[in-house]
Amino acid sequence: MNVQMLKGTSQLIKIISRQHRFQIIAWLMGIVFVSLAVASSYQSVYQNESDKQGFALTMQNPAMVAMLGPGYEADEYLLTIGTQFAHEMLLFTLLAIAIMNILLVGSSTRTDEETGRTEVLRSLPIGRLSYLAASIIVVGCVNLIIALITGIGLHLLNIEGNTLESSILYGAILGLGGFVFAAITSLFAQITDSSRGTKGLAFGTLVIAYFIRAVGDVVDEKISFFSPLGWLLRTDVFINNYWWPIVISSIFSIVLIIITFYLNSIRDLNSGFLPTRKGRTNASSMIKSILGLVYHLQRIKIIAWGIGIFALGAAFGAVMGDMEKYFSDNEFVQMMLAQMGDFSITDQFISMLMGIMSLISVIPVIMTILKLKSEENHYRTEHFYSRAISRNRVLGSFTVLAIIESIIYLMLLALGLWLAANTMMENPISFATIMQSALVYLPAMFFMIGVTVFLVGFAPKFTSVIWLYFAFCYVAVYVGGLLNFPEWIMYLSAFELIPKVPGEEVDIQSLFLLLVLFIVFLFIGFKGYNKRDIAG
Amino acid sequence: MSLVEVKGLTKKFGKYKALDNVHMEINEGEIYGFIGPNGAGKSTTIRILLGMLKATSGEVKIFGNDAWEDAVEIHKYLAYVPGEANLWPNLTGGEVIDIFLKMRGNGSKNKRDELIERFNLDPTKKCRAYSKGNRQKIALISAFASDAQLYILDEPTSGLDPLMERTFQECVLEVKNEGKSVLLSSHILSEVEKLCDTISIIREGKVIETGTLNEMRHLTRTNLHVQTKQPLPSIQHMKGVHHVDNHSDGVSIQIDSEELGTIIKFISDFGILKLESTPPTLEDLFLRHYENSNSVASTGGRGI
Repeated sequence: MNVQMLKGTSQLIKIISRQHRFQIIAWLMGIVFVSLAVASSYQSVYQNESDKQGFALTMQNPAMVAMLGPGYEADEYLLTIGTQFAHEMLLFTLLAIAIMNILLVGSSTRTDEETGRTEVLRSLPIGRLSYLAASIIVVGCVNLIIALITGIGLHLLNIEGNTLESSILYGAILGLGGFVFAAITSLFAQITDSSRGTKGLAFGTLVIAYFIRAVGDVVDEKISFFSPLGWLLRTDVFINNYWWPIVISSIFSIVLIIITFYLNSIRDLNSGFLPTRKGRTNASSMIKSILGLVYHLQRIKIIAWGIGIFALGAAFGAVMGDMEKYFSDNEFVQMMLAQMGDFSITDQFISMLMGIMSLISVIPVIMTILKLKSEENHYRTEHFYSRAISRNRVLGSFTVLAIIESIIYLMLLALGLWLAANTMMENPISFATIMQSALVYLPAMFFMIGVTVFLVGFAPKFTSVIWLYFAFCYVAVYVGGLLNFPEWIMYLSAFELIPKVPGEEVDIQSLFLLLVLFIVFLFIGFKGYNKRDIAG
Repeated sequence: MSLVEVKGLTKKFGKYKALDNVHMEINEGEIYGFIGPNGAGKSTTIRILLGMLKATSGEVKIFGNDAWEDAVEIHKYLAYVPGEANLWPNLTGGEVIDIFLKMRGNGSKNKRDELIERFNLDPTKKCRAYSKGNRQKIALISAFASDAQLYILDEPTSGLDPLMERTFQECVLEVKNEGKSVLLSSHILSEVEKLCDTISIIREGKVIETGTLNEMRHLTRTNLHVQTKQPLPSIQHMKGVHHVDNHSDGVSIQIDSEELGTIIKFISDFGILKLESTPPTLEDLFLRHYENSNSVASTGGRGI
């Protein structure tokens, strides 16, 4: 390769890392902190042998395998706590780090090109491939740092039965897993001609990779090898410490990056390889209404999330049949279940699943409201407000869309779960039970909508606070129990206030409280939005 | 009858005073030019007129209604073209124009198609694929296809080619002939000069000059180019004379308009062979305002 093509890369590295420094630091600290905090907490959680055996049984059931990946042999859970930690945390940490890479690479490649920043830089004495090289080097370094800190940190925690090699391998899985998705995203950044398309395809790939692995892990291991997540979970870290998945991932990402560089060197600035189609001359009557337009602007996101949530529900529903069989064949579990009262393990599984899935489903709902802020930042709300459209109507349309979305997502989730479970199980669960256990989360979803509207209307500079709150809810539901959060902190999360149905009595009071707060936040948000200056 | 009435308008962003006691009055059938350097407060004024920013103090009325309180009612009869049309990247130009017309609630399909033709726009392309000039056309088409009483145009021709700029000027004159009013904020002074009845110059949040172009010219200098039989003596020292330039074919002088008579009388004694007089252009007026205020120029910048 001609060296001239890479001229100025080192300066660009400084620019790119400076531009994204807060984002990078937040992700880095979040991922490392949660990993290490959870790892250290394991020492106190599962202490005696029977605890560990119980854990092994729970983790080996097919639903857990589908959700968290393949586990270890039952006796391997007894050798070191590292195995429990890896089985419970590795895949979801990988997902988080993949998302980080997609967002970072997406915005430091296509977004910068789309907004014209790349053009300005290219007019300077800077090589054609420098910007791409710089952005890949930056994310590569971020992944390397995460790998090193996590690896060394795990070693320093001094978990029994844990070697330096396993800790470093665990870190390497995270770092390379992230880098694989950085490479995939950078490739898509060459193929499509928009940052939306780039991130969309990359997220789509991540979701598909997760599904292929889920199916493969439960049905046939060979299928899992078609997914990067599938390889990365096969290091047998903390036991056998296989390094071949690391080698494969390195080769895979290097090949992708070479292709990326080649495509980047032959394409025109601001163009991609996918053809652009001719559009419509006239607007359909649907998008001429404000609500219709607001929907149209986000429809791809809404449909994609809808399909994703339905499929996730169906995936978990499908393994419930296996799970039923697994438990009925196992005498020990039968005994344990007898002590647990009226509710079956499937009931408990459903309520736990709904807790996590409702949180995942609230992401696109929050994004729908925040879209209004982004429209304002891009000087597109002035099109509404310079015409005969009131602020209430615009904010109202975004709010209504978010409310409809939240209902539809939860229904799709329940429907997917029920349809799949019904075909797989001998004693199917009633549709009403599943629907109820999903829809009971509506007040929490509404509450999130209320807070987001409040921020957009009243504190537009601080809208990202909602993601901090979301992250807190997520941590609370996922590792709150493990980290022994005090009860009052847990109840700061709207999702913890929701009764776990089936399994708990429906507590009308807390649902009512959330609805009242929703209305109050909504009211203040609308009031604020009508009074404040609109930037554009 | 005045369609727009702005009295004592002040807008503060935190401690920074963006607008200071601005007055403005636009009458029916009038094209009102609004000029000033970048950051002078033109767009802020326009955003207040549109009810998107709230005035800190002062009275802002359009069609007799309050610009903030009655924004929606006012906007049924108001069309706006922003200086930079930021459009939804995934919609086509045709779709965006239709949506804009629907939002105003009036406007004609025929007018829309005719304007698409006149501005030579391909309405089937996605907005992300349009150049700046083409995006600007979309904003212009949706404004002129709607049935408004007042057109607020904020640097509407940025990115347009000279041919399209002419089409734009035709459109402005057409709506004027229909008795409608236009507020035109622009940096293209020749355009303002050609179109506007009244001109207002704003600088650092204050309106420093308002009037017709003729009124403004009256207060300023005229350019003379003279050729005489006998060489002119040094006239630099005379009252009202500025910028004397000797050329091979004569002398160029800038003269304060009120001293014009005295000086011509003086020159005519030397046997005039040729006398050309050109009125000061708006650019001369504009630059003079900024040359004078160089000493105090600060945040506003001096670019045109």
